[in-house]
Amino acid sequence: MLAIDQIARRIQDAVPGVRVEVIPNDTPSAQLSLLISTEHALAVANFLKTDSELQLDYASSVTGVDWLDAVIKTKTKVKKVVDGVEKEVEETTETKRPGYLEVVYHLYSMRLKHGPLIIRQRTGNRSDQNHVTSLTPVWRGCEFQEREVYDLYGVVLDGHPDLRRVLMWDGFKHYPMRKDYVPPDDFEYEPTPHGEVHARAKEHYPQ
Amino acid sequence: MGMDERSAHVEMNTPGPDEGLRSELSKQGIFTVKLQDMYNWGRKNSIWPLQFGLACCAIEMIAASMARYDLARFGAEVFRPSPRQADLMIVAGTVTKKMAPQVVRLYNQMPEPKYVIAMGACAISGGPFKQGYNVLKGIDRYIPVDVHIPGCPPRPEALMHAFMTLQRKIDAQALTGENRPRHLDPAAPSEFPVPALGEDDIVPAKNERVWEAPVLIR
Repeated sequence: MLAIDQIARRIQDAVPGVRVEVIPNDTPSAQLSLLISTEHALAVANFLKTDSELQLDYASSVTGVDWLDAVIKTKTKVKKVVDGVEKEVEETTETKRPGYLEVVYHLYSMRLKHGPLIIRQRTGNRSDQNHVTSLTPVWRGCEFQEREVYDLYGVVLDGHPDLRRVLMWDGFKHYPMRKDYVPPDDFEYEPTPHGEVHARAKEHYPQ
Repeated sequence: MGMDERSAHVEMNTPGPDEGLRSELSKQGIFTVKLQDMYNWGRKNSIWPLQFGLACCAIEMIAASMARYDLARFGAEVFRPSPRQADLMIVAGTVTKKMAPQVVRLYNQMPEPKYVIAMGACAISGGPFKQGYNVLKGIDRYIPVDVHIPGCPPRPEALMHAFMTLQRKIDAQALTGENRPRHLDPAAPSEFPVPALGEDDIVPAKNERVWEAPVLIR
């Protein structure tokens, strides 16, 4: 398969106005992914599926990720004059990053036998701007997985043919895979509790 | 049974003819037995289970009913697809909260006398999913369970052991008196409230009349 920055360039050439960003990955797998702007996601998906070099005709997995509000510390080396001597000093800058939800697609090509290409869509925030574009019109197999992302993370996928809850029941009002979800308190009987469960079970013990 | 409470009491709870007389009668080809023993003997050897499975334990249940383990030896091979014809509910597998109302409703639709075997770690306590948000922490929170089988999943032998335990339990049931089975006690409930799917959890989280949290001594 093409290198990921080449793919990013091809996407930019094919879909005018799209924002494509290569997401770095500093874990040992070093698997890079592409962040696609939501409003052009459908056009990008169509391009990835039909492009002769890529032909990514199979979406194997759709996943949700919940990113909470975070403070990101970046270290930069700055030259400073300390006591009349010029020294290289590390400076940490803190930037606040508001939380968002992410939908991640793993794409393969059955015909050319390559992949995965990982593309991501992000929502504006975790509360009211929770819309991304559904890619079910392009890859039919995304339908249930996107429903699952909607069910467990609360991402609304615009253009989905049948966006309903799939695992939890219809009246359920939470999104259980979000990091700030608190499960119902039925810890009254725990034979071997430990950690957080122990703390919650203790509230039920007779005083 | 077509007899009033008093005559049934006389018929079933008297000790019956003594050993010598029974032996003497059997030499003449006459066998005497108490009606209660006769009734329970028939019941315990024709327990028809309800045909449904919830998770991987169901595979072991199916294996138990097939030729190698052959549940038919215990008279329980007729798995009924309708609760109206079933005597036994084998709760074989994880009961998710979404599924719990349906399981209780099926139990309510079974005619008395009815029995429940909770099969496997999930059905008796929630198992490995106990501390999750979506799995019921034991079906005994809503319906009375007669036999619990631990295991993940229990082997077919364990299910057979549960069957034999249930048969012994049925055999020991006196048809009159304080400890008579539920279906002979007009005051005992035959149906149990079906929980509803609420906004956060199923409500109520347990049936207080059936289950209360065991007191752990620490």
